[in-house]
Amino acid sequence: MMPVISAKGLTKKFDDFLAVDNIDFNIRKKECFGFLGPNGAGKTTTMRIIQCVSPKTSGSLKVNGIDAEEQPREVKELLGVVPQENNLDPDFTVFKNLMTYARYYGIPKREGKSRAQELLKFVQLEDKKNVIIEKLSSGMKRRLILARALINEPEILILDEPTTGLDPQARHLIWEKIMSLKREGVTVVLTTHYMEEASQLCDRLVIMDLGKIIVKGDPQGLVQKYIGSEIIEVDNKPETLTCILENKMSYEEFGDRVHIFTKEPKKFASKLMQRCKLDKVIIRQASLEDVFLTLTGKILRD
Amino acid sequence: MRVQNYFKIPNISYRVWKVWLRNMEVFMKTIKVNFIPPFFEPILYLLGIGFGLGLFVREMEGVPYPVFIAPALISISMMNSAFFECTFASFVRMYYQKTFDAIISTPLNMDEVIFGEILWGSTKSIINASIILLVVSIFQLVKFPESLLIIPFSFLVGLTFSAIAMCFTAIVPRIEFFNYPTFLFITPMFLFSGTFFPLHVLPLPIQSISFTLFPLTHAVYITRSLTMGAIESQVILSLIWFICVAVILTILSINLMKRRLIV
Ligand SMILES: Nc1ncnc2c1ncn2[C@@H]1O[C@H](COP(=O)(O)OP(=O)(O)O)[C@@H](O)[C@H]1O
Ligand SMILES: [Mg+2]
Repeated sequence: MMPVISAKGLTKKFDDFLAVDNIDFNIRKKECFGFLGPNGAGKTTTMRIIQCVSPKTSGSLKVNGIDAEEQPREVKELLGVVPQENNLDPDFTVFKNLMTYARYYGIPKREGKSRAQELLKFVQLEDKKNVIIEKLSSGMKRRLILARALINEPEILILDEPTTGLDPQARHLIWEKIMSLKREGVTVVLTTHYMEEASQLCDRLVIMDLGKIIVKGDPQGLVQKYIGSEIIEVDNKPETLTCILENKMSYEEFGDRVHIFTKEPKKFASKLMQRCKLDKVIIRQASLEDVFLTLTGKILRD
Repeated sequence: MRVQNYFKIPNISYRVWKVWLRNMEVFMKTIKVNFIPPFFEPILYLLGIGFGLGLFVREMEGVPYPVFIAPALISISMMNSAFFECTFASFVRMYYQKTFDAIISTPLNMDEVIFGEILWGSTKSIINASIILLVVSIFQLVKFPESLLIIPFSFLVGLTFSAIAMCFTAIVPRIEFFNYPTFLFITPMFLFSGTFFPLHVLPLPIQSISFTLFPLTHAVYITRSLTMGAIESQVILSLIWFICVAVILTILSINLMKRRLIV
């Protein structure tokens, strides 16, 4: 199947600074694809190139087979965008924000009205219909931007840090909406620096750092491949390291804790406790966060 | 960037009116308030300068002083409404409200956003000039039907000042920097464009600067021809001057804005 978004050698320079460094990715129809990475990794820059609002320096980018640079209007018709920074129109009410956006897309007024009503219901903002933007909480603003992104019934939804800065309730509400959109068949492209968000929502993801893609895969697969299913955590003490080295285990130090990667966590944990007399030994499920810390940590040290 | 890059022909479709309409709708929300300043400001000027100073001046260039300054008041309002709309107001929309960013995520492009802003600035010019035309005709200071041509003409003046304003908006780092063009450009024009006294009393070099560089000079000249019903053939030259400057600066301002905003 043809990928809905495909990038080859995509590169973006700001003067001499390489913000996106020769990345390749293919996003499939109806999947949720994540860009995970720390601040400054180049996620927003990549999203803005896909949205046709920032020109790439080199490489190619196709959306549904259309070249994003040659036919930006056609590409923008297919997309719904939740930008990292809120840019709702403060001169208008909630409803009018959606109506104005509908007009930008050339949606007839009556159709726009019924879509706007429906979308307000979808993001649970019906009772805020005639409220001016500054009276909304940050969670409500995010939900309204999501509704606005859906006004043109996009095939592809681009979410740039949709939940950053929100409280847990607001975040879960947005996650729920994203999952229901995905079930309806919308292709979702998401950037985040929350591991939980990425592992809950994404079918496949890439981890970016310093403008490069450092790994790609599905969340479970990445954890299995780079960490294993479980992790042992112990306090970082000289005895710990001696014991680990004696047993030739692979490990990473993270401040005052050491993470030990092993196929047989139970066996080794008891070894640590009994033979090396260590306490506070914890076995836990490995997560995407471990992959992230391990990989980006390593890169920074090189 | 090479010179020709500043004069690339913009890519503009019918969608530009959606940008114009957005601004119009915001304006309509507070329509009653919006009409108060353009209505009362010329009355204040007419009372203070026209009739007050007019007691001493009585006649200027062979006409009563209020008749002499009425076209200047109309022209100054064309200038101010367009200039301030496309500097301060556009900057707020661009920089603080991120309105432009929101619009270019849709099928509209930056060329249309900027040109829509310029058209809106020109519209403000038409609106304010029309209100003042109404005020001065209540005082019977202008001739009809010639003066009705001021309404379409104010669009051209508005377009020119909007484009000039947009060039400044494209280069100022912060909003406070608009004080420079206001002080160095708008204020001298306000005084030295044949507004409150005729141009020919000024030293020749200043006269030629005023005539080549000050759009307000041409605006006052044409408007005064219309309000007095005395239209000379040189009006055509001033009109051509306006059209050339408006077209060139509109294209330049769009390219400058794209350089600032599309990175
Ligand atoms: N307009 C710009 N000019 C110069 N540098 C920029 C610009 N936009 C982003 N950058 C730089 O590019 C890098 C990547 O930024 P960004 O894509 O926003 O990262 P992320 O979204 O992953 O946090 C950062 O170092 C940022 O400072
Ligand atoms: Mg970002």
